[in-house]
Amino acid sequence: MTSKLLIAAILGAATCAAPTWSAAADTVKIGCVAPLTGPQAHLGKDIENGARLAVDAINATNPTMGGQPVQFELLVEDDQADPKTATVVAQKLVDEGVKGVVGHLNSGASIPASRIYADNNVPQVSPASTAVAYTHQGFPTTFRVMANDSQQGKALGLYATRLGKRVAVVDDRTAYGQGLIDEVVKSVKESGGEVVGREYTTDKSTDFTAILTSLKAKRPDVVVFGGMDPQAAPMIRQMRTLGMKTAFMGGDGMQSAEFIKLAGRAAEGAIGSSPGLPIEKMPGGADFTKRFGERFGKIQIYAPFSHDAAVVLTQAMLRAGSTEPDKVLAALGKTKLDGVIGPIAFDDKGDLVDGPVTLYKVKDSKWEPVETIGGPQGK
Amino acid sequence: MDIFAQQLVNGLILGSLYAMVALGYTMVYGILELINFAHGEIVMLGAMVSVTVLGVLAGVGVPVALALPLSLAAAVAVCMATGVAVERVAYRPLRNAPRLAPLITAIGVSIVLQNLAMIVWGRQYLSFPPILDVQIYDWHGATVTNIQLLIVAVAAFTMGGLLILVNRTRLGRAMRATAQNREVAGLMGVDANRVIAATFAVGSALAAVAGLLIAAYYGIAHYNMGFTLGLKAFSAAVLGGIGNIPGALLGGLLLGIIESLGAGYIGDLTGGFLGSHYQDIFAFFILILVLVFRPSGLLGERVADRA
Amino acid sequence: MTGLLPDRLYRDPRLAWVAYGGVALLLLALPFLVDAGMGRTWVRILDFAMLYVMLALGLNIVVGFAGLLDLGYVAFYAVGAYFYAILASPQFGLHLPFWALLPMGAGIACLFGVLLGAPTLRLRGDYLAIVTLGFGEIIRIFLNNLNAPVNITNGPQGINMVDPVRLAGHALTRPIEIFGVQLSGAHAHYFLFLALTLLVIFAALRLQDSRIGRAWAAIREDEVAAEAMGIHTRNVKLLAFAMGATFGGLGGGLFAAFQGFVSPESFTLMESIMILCMVVLGGMGHIPGVILGAILLTVLPELLRYIGPLQQELFGRVAVDPSDLRMLLFGIALVVVMLFRPQGLWPSPVRARELRPDNPDEVRQEQESLYDAER
Repeated sequence: MTSKLLIAAILGAATCAAPTWSAAADTVKIGCVAPLTGPQAHLGKDIENGARLAVDAINATNPTMGGQPVQFELLVEDDQADPKTATVVAQKLVDEGVKGVVGHLNSGASIPASRIYADNNVPQVSPASTAVAYTHQGFPTTFRVMANDSQQGKALGLYATRLGKRVAVVDDRTAYGQGLIDEVVKSVKESGGEVVGREYTTDKSTDFTAILTSLKAKRPDVVVFGGMDPQAAPMIRQMRTLGMKTAFMGGDGMQSAEFIKLAGRAAEGAIGSSPGLPIEKMPGGADFTKRFGERFGKIQIYAPFSHDAAVVLTQAMLRAGSTEPDKVLAALGKTKLDGVIGPIAFDDKGDLVDGPVTLYKVKDSKWEPVETIGGPQGK
Repeated sequence: MDIFAQQLVNGLILGSLYAMVALGYTMVYGILELINFAHGEIVMLGAMVSVTVLGVLAGVGVPVALALPLSLAAAVAVCMATGVAVERVAYRPLRNAPRLAPLITAIGVSIVLQNLAMIVWGRQYLSFPPILDVQIYDWHGATVTNIQLLIVAVAAFTMGGLLILVNRTRLGRAMRATAQNREVAGLMGVDANRVIAATFAVGSALAAVAGLLIAAYYGIAHYNMGFTLGLKAFSAAVLGGIGNIPGALLGGLLLGIIESLGAGYIGDLTGGFLGSHYQDIFAFFILILVLVFRPSGLLGERVADRA
Repeated sequence: MTGLLPDRLYRDPRLAWVAYGGVALLLLALPFLVDAGMGRTWVRILDFAMLYVMLALGLNIVVGFAGLLDLGYVAFYAVGAYFYAILASPQFGLHLPFWALLPMGAGIACLFGVLLGAPTLRLRGDYLAIVTLGFGEIIRIFLNNLNAPVNITNGPQGINMVDPVRLAGHALTRPIEIFGVQLSGAHAHYFLFLALTLLVIFAALRLQDSRIGRAWAAIREDEVAAEAMGIHTRNVKLLAFAMGATFGGLGGGLFAAFQGFVSPESFTLMESIMILCMVVLGGMGHIPGVILGAILLTVLPELLRYIGPLQQELFGRVAVDPSDLRMLLFGIALVVVMLFRPQGLWPSPVRARELRPDNPDEVRQEQESLYDAER
C-alpha cells in the first residue's frame, strides 16, 4: 500500500472514529524518527506504524488537555540510521514545534540527537535504542521503553553461567557489541563464572577461524558473541567445522530469522536474547497483534514498543494537562501504566524499571522462547 | 602443538583465497601499472552470481555435480563481461592520462559496482545453498574439511594454468611483450588493446572462481564483501612483488598465515596488551613496511625500477 | 591571476568593492533567509557544508596543488576531532578551552601528516594512495580499540558530551540574543564556521600563489623537471602533506565541538572518498571549484531525500531507495568527470587551457612525454 493511500486511510479512520472532532481542538505535534530508508527501513516502518496506531487510538477518545479538546499529530522523519542525519532531522522536528519524540531506533542515532532534544527541552522516548549511554548522559529528557544492554548483558551472562562456568566472549568492536559484551563479562563474574578468553572481530569479517582456534585451546563451555547475524552465522559454522561443540549465545543482533537462514543446520541449539517479552507473552500482545494486523499486517519487532512509547508520551501530557516541557517531564518520570509490553515505570535515569529480557533457542530452524529473565515475571 | 597446526591450516586456506584474488591485481598491474580497485568487486560479483544461480538450480532439483559447474560458468561469464567492459569504458580512454585519473575512475567503478549489486540483490546477505556435504578430516590434530582441500587444489591448479598461459602460449608471450614495452610490442604486431582486454578477461575469470570458493567456504555473499578483500589481496600482491605471478601466490599465503598466527598469538605474546582486534592492521602494516623498505616485494626483482 | 572572481572585477576596483559587498551581505543574511524559507534544518546543513569546504580545501592542497593522491585524509580529521574530544569532555574530566585546543589539534594533525609523509612520500602516486588508505584504516582501528588496557578513546562507544565552542563565556549551542537578533545554535555556528572558512580560503589562496604553491604545481606537472629546477621535492611534498593535515585537524576539532559526539564510525574510508569526490568533482587545484564541489556534495544528498516522495508521486511506490541511489550517483560522477571533464565542474582557467588547448597534437605530445617521465 502506498503511504498516500495509507494517510487517506488513517485520516478516514480517525474521522470516522472521532465524529465530534471539532475544529476548535488544539493540535499537539509528536515527532517519530526511525530509519525509513536503507537496510533497516522495515524496522523503521514498524516503529512508525506502532506509534501511529497509538496516536490514532488516543485521538479517537476525544482527549482533553486543561479542559480544551486536543488532538495529537504524528510527524514522521527518516534518520537513515546515520548519526549526522539524526541530528539534522532532530533539529527539523524541534523547528516544527514537536512537544515530544518517539525515536530513534539505533543508539548511534539516538545519542547525538538527544543533545538537540535536551537543549530544546523536548522529551524523547526511544522504543529501541539499547545502549546504556543513551539515558546516562545526564539529560532529563531521555527515556526508553526497552531493556537496555546492561539488562540484556546481565541476562546473557546469568544464563551462560548456568550452562557452564567457563565462558569465552567475542565482540565485534561496534558500540553495540562491545557494550553488550562488557556487561556479559561483568555478569559472568558476578554469577560465579570465569571468563576464559576474550577475542575480537569486526562487523565486516567472515573468517573467524584464527580467533576460534585460540578460544578452542582455552576449552570454554559457552561462547557468547556480541554482534550481528552476518557474523554470528559464519562463526557458528566455523566453530562446528573446527570441531567445537561448545554452546553458542548472542544478543538481539543475532536473534533473527536471518541468522537461521545464513547458518543453516549449524544454527541448531544456538541461544539468542532479545529485550522485552515475546509478543505472545505480552499482556496486551494478542489484542495488539490483532489491531496492528488489521491495519498494517505483520509486526516486525518494535511496533509494540513504539506504540507504548507514544502512549507513555501522550498520557504524560494529558496527565500534566499541558505541553509545558517541565510539567510533561515531571509527569513522564512518574509514569506508571500497563502497556502492551507490560507494566511501564522509569527509574531516575529514564530507563525501564525491571526491563525483561527473553532468551530463545533455535529448535528445528525456529527461535523458541526458553526463559524470560527480569521483568514482573522474574520476581 | 595441535593449535599451531590448526592455525597454520587456517592461514593456508585464507592465504589461498587471498592469492587467487591477488593474481587478478598482479596481472593487471603487470601490464598496465594500474591498481584495478574494482577487482575486489568483480570477486563479489562472482560470488553473488554463483550463489544466485546455484540457489535457482538447487531449487528446481538439478544435481550438485551439474549445478556447480553451471553456476561457475555463469559467474565466469558475468565477471569476464564486466571486467572487459570496465576496462573498455573506464580505463582505456585514460591510458595516456596523468596517473591519478585512472586511479580515481577505478575507485568510482568500484563504488558503482558495489551499489549496483546492492540495488540488484538488496542489502541482505545471500546464503550459499546447503548442497555441499562438509566432510571433516583430522590432520595432526587439526581439522580440515573437503571444501578447504578443494580451495587449496583449485588455487594450485589455477596457478599452474596461469603460469603455462603466460609462459607457454602466444597470448602469454604477447602479454609479456606488452608489459615490457607497449610501443615496441605494437611494432612487432601485437594488438595491445586486445592483449589488455584478454588480461582483464583472464583476471576476471579467476575472480569468478575465487568468488564461488569464498561463498562456498563462508556460506555467505554480500554486496560489500569485495572491498576489504580486495585491499588485503592487493597487499598480498605487493608483498610478493606486484606484477609477479608466483609472487602473488607467495604473498597471499604469507599474508593469510601472518593474519592467522597474529590473531591467534598476539594476545598471549603481548600479555593481553594487544589483541585480535588488531588483526586487520597486519595487512596494512605489512603493506606500508614492504613499500617503504622493499618496494619490489619479495620476488619482484624485475620490477624494482617501478616503485 | 587565478583569483575568485572574473578578470573585469580586478580591473575596476569600484565594481570589485560592490561585488565583494554584495557577497558579504548575502553570506551574512544567508542563514536567516534559509531559516525563513526552508527551516532551521537547512541552517545546520549549511554548517556542515562550511565544515566540508574547509576539509576539501585541505585535501585540495595535497591532491589538487601537489598532485599526491591521499585516500586516508580522514585520519587527520579524526586526529583533530579526537584530540579535542579527549581533552574537552568528561572522558578524563578535562575541559580545556576550545580556542587553545583547536590550534593544538591542528598542530597534532600536522605532526601526523609529517609522520606518515616522511617515509612514504618517495613512493609513486598510486602506491602512495594505497599507503595513505592503509594509514587511514590503521588510525581508525586504533581509535576503535584504544579503550583497553587504558581507556583513551572510549573505543567503539565514542566520546559523548564533548564541550561546545565557547565565545566569551557563552556556549555556542545555546540560543543567544545579539542586538535584538535571536541567534540559534545553528546560526551561531554558521557565523563561526563562515569566519574560519574565509580564513582557510584566504590561506589556501595565499599558498597557491606563493613560492611553495608554484613548487607544488611544478611537482604535480613534472616531478623530474621540478627536481632539475632545484626544487627539493621531498620537503615540498612533505609540506603539502603537513598543510593538508593541518586543515583536516582543524575541521576535526570543529566537528567534535559542533556535533558533541565523536565515534570511529564517523571516520571511515567512505568519508575520505567523499571528500576526495568534492575535490575531484569541483575541480582539482581550483579553489572556487573545490568550494563548489564541497557545497554541492553536502547539499545534494539532502535534496536526494526528496526523491523518495517524488517517486511516490510519480510511480506510486518507492522504486529505488534514495539512500541507495546516493553512492551510485557519486560513483558514476567520479568516472564521468574523469573521462569527460577531468578538470572538474569549475576548473581554473589556466588548467582548463592546459587540458584543452587549441592544438590537440600538442596535448598528445605533452601527455606522452609526461607519461614517459612517470615511467
